[in-house]
Amino acid sequence: MDYLYAFLIGGGICVIGQVLMDTTKLTTPRILVIFVVAGAVLTGLGLYEPLVQLAKNGATVPLPGFGYSLAKGAMDGAKEGFLAALSGGLKNTAAGLTAAVVFGYIVSLIFSPKSKR
Amino acid sequence: MAKQQQQQQQQQAKKPKKEVTKQYEQYVKQFTPRPKYFTNCAKAFVVGGLICMAALYIQNLLMKDGMSEKNAGAFVTVILICSAQLLTGFGVFDSIGKFAGAGIFVPITGFANSMVAPAIEYKKEGPVMGVGAKLFSLAGPVLVCGISAGTIIGVIYYLMK
Repeated sequence: MDYLYAFLIGGGICVIGQVLMDTTKLTTPRILVIFVVAGAVLTGLGLYEPLVQLAKNGATVPLPGFGYSLAKGAMDGAKEGFLAALSGGLKNTAAGLTAAVVFGYIVSLIFSPKSKR
Repeated sequence: MAKQQQQQQQQQAKKPKKEVTKQYEQYVKQFTPRPKYFTNCAKAFVVGGLICMAALYIQNLLMKDGMSEKNAGAFVTVILICSAQLLTGFGVFDSIGKFAGAGIFVPITGFANSMVAPAIEYKKEGPVMGVGAKLFSLAGPVLVCGISAGTIIGVIYYLMK
């Protein structure tokens, strides 16, 4: 059952992105920004947490999930104090971000550009 | 007299020009391929859903081995990011992207791809100002906006408490 919800919610979020790509002239980076910020704002309003409870990875793997973990870390930190509110967001996403930077750097250094097929 | 005639001619020439461009735009519109909304959405739905399901599967496997849910989630994110970056390096990601569209760009894999793709492209400019800087040319805006939004929300929560 979990898998079904993950599939439906994750796929649904991707469809929203596809509709944005097809019907508007927004470029991909802008859509990514919109998704991350929307995820953070929805988390702040308390609307994204139920979705995560329901669909688990279906909601955390798409980009709004990145905004969710940023906002959630900051909100959890806010209970402890101001400094924790500042550090919470990045602390929550540190592993993914560090892997993306380090591994991305290594991959970029190893591989050479390929012509698009 | 000659000047007036010229002005008249110019005015006359201006008006049909606009109409011509409009007509031309309409003419072009007939031939520009319309995006196939339905098939695109279906592909995005299936591929995006499958990625999320695979992520859940890996997470469940990790949690069976006794990893906490939070750690397992982070681990799955790392796995997804690394595999997407590897695929980008091999040049396969673009082909998948052409097929799946938002299905692969909206999950975290798209974020990983947006870091490596420009970095590889600008490799010739050197390992520091080429790869190092371009790694963030697309991911930078995402990080700046995302971290700002998240932190502002956290600070608002702190102030409301």
